[in-house]
Amino acid sequence: MTKLLLCLITLGNNAFAATLPVAGTDIAKSWDAVYWFLVYLSLVFFVGIVAAMVWFAIRYRKEKNRKPKYIHGHTGLEVIWTVIPTILLFVCFGWGWAVYQDMIHAPANAMEVHVIGKQWSWQFVYKNGTSVTNDLYVPVNRPVKLIMSSEDVLHAFFIPNFRVKSDVVPGMYTSVWFEAKLPGIHQVYCTEYCGTVHSGMLARLIVLTDDQWKDWLSGKKIDVDSLPADPTFPGYRANRLGEGMPEAVAGSTGGQKQLTLADKGKAVVTAKACIACHSVDGSKMVGPSYKGLYGREEKVVANGKTITVKADDNYIRESIENPLAKVVEGYPPSMPPYKGQLSEEEILSVIEYIKSLK
Amino acid sequence: MAHTSSAHGSNYLNHSHGIKSWLTTLDHKRIGLMYFVVIMMMFLLGGIFALLVRWELFAPGLQFFSSPDKYNQAFTYHGAIMVFMVVIPLIPAAIGNCVLPMQLGAKDVAFPRWNLISYYVYILGATIAAATLFINQVDTGWTFYAPYSIRTGTSTTLVLLGAFIMGFSSILTGLNFIVTVHKLRAPGLTWDRLPLFIWAVYATSIIQVLATPVLAITLLLLVLERTIGIGIFDPKLGGDPVLFQHFFWFYSHPAVYIMVLPAMGVISDVIPAFSRKPIFGYKAIAAATFGIALVAFVVWGHHMFVSGQSEFANFVFSFLTMLVAVPTGVKVFSWIATMYKGSLRLDTPMLYAFGFLFVFTIGGLTGVFLAVVSTDVHLTATYFVVAHFHYVMVGGTLLAFLAGLHYWFPKFSGKMYNEGPARLASWLIMIGFNVTFFPQFILGALGMPRRYADYLPQFTSLNQVSTVGSWFLGVGFLIVLVNIILAIRNGKPAGDNPWGALTLEWQAPSPPPHENFFHEPVVTEGPYEYRGEKALMGGNA
Amino acid sequence: MAHSTGSVTHLERHHAHHFKTAHEEFEACKQGMWIFLVTEVLFFAGMFMAYAVLRVLYPDMMKAAHQLLDWKKGALNTVILITSSLTMALAVSAAQRGEKQKIIRYLWMTLICAGGFMVVKYFEYAHKIHEHILPGALYQYKELTMAKVPLFLSVYFVMTGIHGLHVLIGMGVIYWLIRRASRNEFGPSYFTPVEITGLYWHFVDLVWIYLFPLLYLVS
Ligand code: HEA
Ligand code: HEA
Ligand code: HEC
Ligand code: CUA
Ligand SMILES: [Cu+2]
Repeated sequence: MTKLLLCLITLGNNAFAATLPVAGTDIAKSWDAVYWFLVYLSLVFFVGIVAAMVWFAIRYRKEKNRKPKYIHGHTGLEVIWTVIPTILLFVCFGWGWAVYQDMIHAPANAMEVHVIGKQWSWQFVYKNGTSVTNDLYVPVNRPVKLIMSSEDVLHAFFIPNFRVKSDVVPGMYTSVWFEAKLPGIHQVYCTEYCGTVHSGMLARLIVLTDDQWKDWLSGKKIDVDSLPADPTFPGYRANRLGEGMPEAVAGSTGGQKQLTLADKGKAVVTAKACIACHSVDGSKMVGPSYKGLYGREEKVVANGKTITVKADDNYIRESIENPLAKVVEGYPPSMPPYKGQLSEEEILSVIEYIKSLK
Repeated sequence: MAHTSSAHGSNYLNHSHGIKSWLTTLDHKRIGLMYFVVIMMMFLLGGIFALLVRWELFAPGLQFFSSPDKYNQAFTYHGAIMVFMVVIPLIPAAIGNCVLPMQLGAKDVAFPRWNLISYYVYILGATIAAATLFINQVDTGWTFYAPYSIRTGTSTTLVLLGAFIMGFSSILTGLNFIVTVHKLRAPGLTWDRLPLFIWAVYATSIIQVLATPVLAITLLLLVLERTIGIGIFDPKLGGDPVLFQHFFWFYSHPAVYIMVLPAMGVISDVIPAFSRKPIFGYKAIAAATFGIALVAFVVWGHHMFVSGQSEFANFVFSFLTMLVAVPTGVKVFSWIATMYKGSLRLDTPMLYAFGFLFVFTIGGLTGVFLAVVSTDVHLTATYFVVAHFHYVMVGGTLLAFLAGLHYWFPKFSGKMYNEGPARLASWLIMIGFNVTFFPQFILGALGMPRRYADYLPQFTSLNQVSTVGSWFLGVGFLIVLVNIILAIRNGKPAGDNPWGALTLEWQAPSPPPHENFFHEPVVTEGPYEYRGEKALMGGNA
Repeated sequence: MAHSTGSVTHLERHHAHHFKTAHEEFEACKQGMWIFLVTEVLFFAGMFMAYAVLRVLYPDMMKAAHQLLDWKKGALNTVILITSSLTMALAVSAAQRGEKQKIIRYLWMTLICAGGFMVVKYFEYAHKIHEHILPGALYQYKELTMAKVPLFLSVYFVMTGIHGLHVLIGMGVIYWLIRRASRNEFGPSYFTPVEITGLYWHFVDLVWIYLFPLLYLVS
């Protein structure tokens, strides 16, 4: 009898657990803890409310209770059911916020990959210039930070197994990060409505073991089909664009290109004549040198006031597209705006190039 | 006071004759009925789109629609029709128009002419928006997010204009109700004696008046964006698409409380009447109503936790959103406590009130999952959100509407419906609803994104359960519809006060005469003083 | 509900009978107008928000772009509108006292001021259209090519456009009041339409008083 009960409980538990995807990162596990807390908290309130309702409906039916009691309220009770939920909600908020902090602040040593969303495919661009469509290769057990932007409308990048998601917005960088623990394939979805093939804008996140990662970096082909399938749905392969959607434009698993991203950036600043005003060796020309720029605390005049900003991706992007928004102290506001003249990929290659000039 | 039934006398239905007397009427009850008819037609239309959406999702790949575009159009029309043309005006404009002046003991609303204008403004807006069905269908989703909405199909502009125009109708109705509550209360009807339905509609009206103009300017800017390219929301022209979301949700979050507060008002009137007890914690419920309305204006950012808005904004919006749960909880607990030691009549309105409590609680509690930033990151834009808002909107607003419909139907038609089919329908709807939408919580938690014409095969079985559920739901609504039509044609006379309820509308004959009361009622105590003789009468069960 | 149409003088005018007294009806109408003005405030508030966002994000652009506007014309219009508010107030008090000739005279003066405002606005717009100083994608002015300047003009045209529309609607209503006044409809016992139109007109004036420094005098 107890055995049966235990069996039922395990069964129930497993069935319950099967309502979430596999937790593929440590943070996903702490996320799950918050989620289950909320589930059980809700169950307590829900069961309590419904049980009281059903019990009253039976016990105080007209047939059972002819004389209703003339009551208007009870201050004590009202205080209790105001205060207790308030406290519990503070707990939900505080715990949720703590986990969120971990979810958004990537460790400093995270490997960076650029993501460009466009109708209706994902492009992943690596520091070494490799560009892959709809398949994102990452090493296991290493923090990875995705820096994302869109070429057209809003998209969103969602990896359920890692509990991470962010909108991908044109004209702005957003990011997610994760440290994958489970090698194999994980499903990626676009979750911001983006038009016709929104539901086909899928990608595969391919988590490689250290050896496989080395192979991939050195340009060897990885036999993706032999890797473990998405652990959330072991019976199913993860999909990328083109499978299952009649309308979808099949995406290609792009080959690896020769130039690194920073090399490309160098070509861009030459072609666009940025180097007419910017040196790369630290010397001062019309504008400040690119050397050592990235990550520096920069004194700029914005709003008529002098403020200090960190020269990060968003700042450099803004400096290129709309230089007058923040003018570096000690320089004239003479740089022309380049808004619309550089493609997404060109802008991020320039940023990457500036990053490389330590 | 209580006259004998006026079934043979003059009432607002036979006061004047002919189609023209209806189309030009200034009588709030007739206007309410005209709203009712049109909104029900819109509900049917929105419901048909819902059934098609569910049909399409019965299996992966495309079943019903010839292309994903057609699916995208279907959920856009479904969402936009249901929100802008159905649930927002549903309770205030249809039930509120009939009931509010009567509960105040007034002869009409403050500005009857504007009331009629408001109705035609609604018709105009709805017609323009619905006309696009035959021109070039819209596929933006009901949220019209830029920049997609700037670039897609041509008749988006018309739908935006339609919604813009309907906004004016909403503002006019709200304005009219606020003034009516202030200026036209019967003698003795002090603020602390107002029925809670009035409090709810009053708070709703304030939200309508404050939030709708922001929607108007938002839609207008989007129209200008599409027509002349003003660039405020368009990143290509230097604008900011996230700003659009701020604008949109500044209206659309308060709008969800425009939908649910009147529903809560109906429940607050129904539960005491069928428990034969005063409402538990009258003051707390009235205060909670205003608490919710107030906080509603400062939580819009919870729709944008992953939009790229700042971490600080996420902190503030998440925190404030938590606060809404407290007054809502106060209401739920007070309703339950009202039943304690009552003498419960389990007639159809009360069954729907039970259904409301069951379903709305689930909807509200899952709202908390979305309000916690970290959990929202995973759940946002998945079917979990779809399930959440159907639990609050269908389960909350629509069930409360059905409670109200069955509660006030005898008053305004003078007829009683058939209790058997009415109860059957209530059970079908409850079961169908949960079968349709509960699996969607699981689908969402597993990661199935919303607005997907096609999905991965691993989600198939839960989707099939959901689709089958939607058929039960449809049949349930169909029975309600048929039952009501049959009752109008040959229902038995209902009597003036079949439920033995104490609010003022029940002192008038059924159906009420042209100007509601033969003598102006005088109020001497609160609306729910069920005691002595009064506590014993009423209800059929 | 109100049966009175046509030429009913204020002496025989009676209130709609869902109100108990004419005074109650007057109070209700006035409250209605105030609530309507609240919605108007929120309507403009959306645009002011957009303006504030731009101002915070791109202060230099705003400073540069505002020079495209002619502050002298803006100032002239400010004076004209303030004057019209004054004459409107005088019309209301004349209506309360039932001085038919004065009502009509002051309403005409208000109307003329409003017309003057629109004429000045016309010249401003015409100049900008001619120079292609236009919102968003339509902007093609070669003298100022700074990024985001077209956004300033979007805000300028939308705000002043909507405001101008309010002035035009006000002009229509004022003309209607003049017609009714000359039919002797207003007097100490009934002046509701004049009073609430007055409220509306002061509001339209007030909006301009905010728009003028925000748009023409950025510093
Ligand atoms: C009738 C409409 C309605 C109502 C009433 C609500 C009520 C609530 N909603 Fe919902 N919501 C919508 C309609 C509604 N919502 C819609 C339409 C959307 C999606 C729009 C779209 O994207 O298309 C949405 C989306 C939505 C989101 C964004 C999700 C996302 O897109 O990522 C969030 C996030 O915070 C949210 C939260 C809440 C909360 C906290 C409540 C609270 O008000 C609920 C409060 C109630 C309770 C909590 C239950 C009773 C209380 C107790 C029993 C007390 C004890 C409780 C505790 C201690 C927890 N809702
Ligand atoms: C109050 C508003 C409301 C209501 C009542 C409903 C009602 C229903 N909704 Fe909807 N829904 C929304 C508001 C609403 N919805 C919104 C805002 C969205 C988001 C849109 C977007 O993403 O932009 C949405 C999205 C949405 C989706 C997600 C689509 C997607 O993301 O891809 C789904 C999927 O299952 C769905 C299903 C249903 C179903 C089965 C019903 C059922 O309850 C409907 C049942 C009603 C009827 C069937 C009609 C009544 C019938 C009769 C009177 C008799 C006739 C009956 C027969 C012929 C059988 N809705
Ligand atoms: C006409 C000269 C000129 C050209 C051409 C020019 N710049 Fe600049 N740039 C400047 C000046 C002057 C500044 C400093 C003032 C400022 O911040 O606007 C500057 C600032 C910058 C900064 C911020 C540097 C810091 O220290 O914060 C970046 C990044 C930048 N430019 C990138 C570019 C790129 C990329 C290009 C080419 C696509 C380019 N610039 C072309 C003159 C120029
Ligand atoms: Cu890209 Cu949805
Ligand atoms: Cu919300």
